[in-house]
Amino acid sequence: MQRRKPIDLFLFILTWLCIGITVAVLFLVVGYVIINGVMYIRPSLFAVEFTPQNQSLFPALVGTLMIVGLSLVLAVPLGVFSAIYLVEYAKRGSRFVKIVRLTTETLAGIPSIVYGLFGFIFFGVFLGWGLSLLSGAFTVSIMILPLIMRTTEESLKSVPDTYREGSFGLGAGRLRTVMRIILPAATPGILAGVILAVGRIIGETAAIIFTLGNVARVPNSLFDTGRTLSAHMYALANEGTHPGEAHATAAVLLIVVILINALSSWIAKFIKAS
Amino acid sequence: MGQRSLSHYMEPAAKILFILSASAAIIAVGLICVFLFMQGLPAIWNIGVFNFLLGTDWRPTWNPPLFGILPMIVGSLYVTAGAILFGVPIGIFAAAFMAKFCPAPLYKILKPAINLLAGIPSVVYGYFGMTVLVPFVREIFGGTGNSILTASLLLGMMILPTIITISESAIRAIPSEIYEGAIALGASHENATFRVVLPAAKSGVMASIILGIGRAVGETMAVRMVAGNQAVLRMPHEFLSGTRTLTANIVLELGYAYGDHRASLIATGVVLFVFVMLINTLFSLLKKKDGV
Repeated sequence: MQRRKPIDLFLFILTWLCIGITVAVLFLVVGYVIINGVMYIRPSLFAVEFTPQNQSLFPALVGTLMIVGLSLVLAVPLGVFSAIYLVEYAKRGSRFVKIVRLTTETLAGIPSIVYGLFGFIFFGVFLGWGLSLLSGAFTVSIMILPLIMRTTEESLKSVPDTYREGSFGLGAGRLRTVMRIILPAATPGILAGVILAVGRIIGETAAIIFTLGNVARVPNSLFDTGRTLSAHMYALANEGTHPGEAHATAAVLLIVVILINALSSWIAKFIKAS
Repeated sequence: MGQRSLSHYMEPAAKILFILSASAAIIAVGLICVFLFMQGLPAIWNIGVFNFLLGTDWRPTWNPPLFGILPMIVGSLYVTAGAILFGVPIGIFAAAFMAKFCPAPLYKILKPAINLLAGIPSVVYGYFGMTVLVPFVREIFGGTGNSILTASLLLGMMILPTIITISESAIRAIPSEIYEGAIALGASHENATFRVVLPAAKSGVMASIILGIGRAVGETMAVRMVAGNQAVLRMPHEFLSGTRTLTANIVLELGYAYGDHRASLIATGVVLFVFVMLINTLFSLLKKKDGV
């Protein structure tokens, strides 16, 4: 083994240093937020009633579940169906497909504050839904549409063509083939994408506060306002009057996001193994 | 026979349903463009294109109000440049590590770690910035700590996973013959990676930087929580002073603005939207070139 030149050694150390800094950033953020927050997590944080004295995250938690559920109901069928069209029906390279791809890429690149602004002026003001569960869910579902489309497309493409040929050969039509053969085979991949989308929704703030609003209560109808965990976190951090609750809420939020990420990559790994 | 006639109708009906779903993205982009531009462009026109884009004073509550967003355009520029300064060198070397230096067992841990870094919500980054970075910058450099520098540091952290992930796949996309050729000619591993493979992957690496720029320009909550948000035109040497970005301008005032003020915020959104679209177009052009 010949000796390393100084410049090579320097570059070698530099790559280790840079990955070290990256890992350090992760540990610093995750470690700080969780260690600092866990000791402030107490039962009162999950009290059903939110009061100025007890900044419970319960309404935000319920609001988050509602937004996640409603957005998925809107975005998952739409995203999965469009991916089915792109992969199973459309002619490759047709004009329509090109436009769909271009607009999907556009959606993926729009910053969340622009979604918030659009949701506010379109769903809130133009359609008159105001700050509501419905405004929030519609806005967020447009936001996650590209993610669902892309992951579904990838998992549909990974289903071997022999499945399709076999099904067609046995006399099944295209729809039957897609619904009975292709979609079941692609389900784990789609699920991993959906879970990723859930993580995105939970972490979203800028698009939420101008559409769903940021009021600490459980929405009592589709047209009622509320907040999500991230919006609650934002409010706590801004007000600065309840540092303990802010620490605890940040930790809860981060733990939820970590669990969701882990679940998604566990499913992805499960697909690779099978 | 009954079933056959049913499927006879089901096939075309399903196809129409799928086509309609695929149109959703087109409709969404159409609506976003129409509503943003329809409400934003008249506002820009009323304020005057020059007064709006190059005006140095943002006084929405004055009579008459002043709607100049130059401080915010410059503010976005500063924090993005700062983020690039911190994030890009670290990100590229880390990507080179992931693609060419990383031992396999370590890779299995690092890959999900970098994905997690991308998954942390921006409000959590912002909270971390507020409680850790702001006091840190205040202690070391003085000032309030809510500054261009702090926002740049935080954004630099936030764009790391974008740069690492895309640069890594760009480096991996380079055929191994190129690396092996360099080794066969006597180059060391480091030399082959940094002098041969990395230059070959440069348009993919550029694409990662551009996407990072897009992320940094569009980031809202985290920046808003650490940057101080003064709508004042800053000079580059004032990096320890606070600044306000285009995104922060919207998020700070949209909640209570009405009339011309609200329209001017929508116009701010239009400017942001156009910036980000230009950046993304550049990204997809580079991506096509490299096939990442």
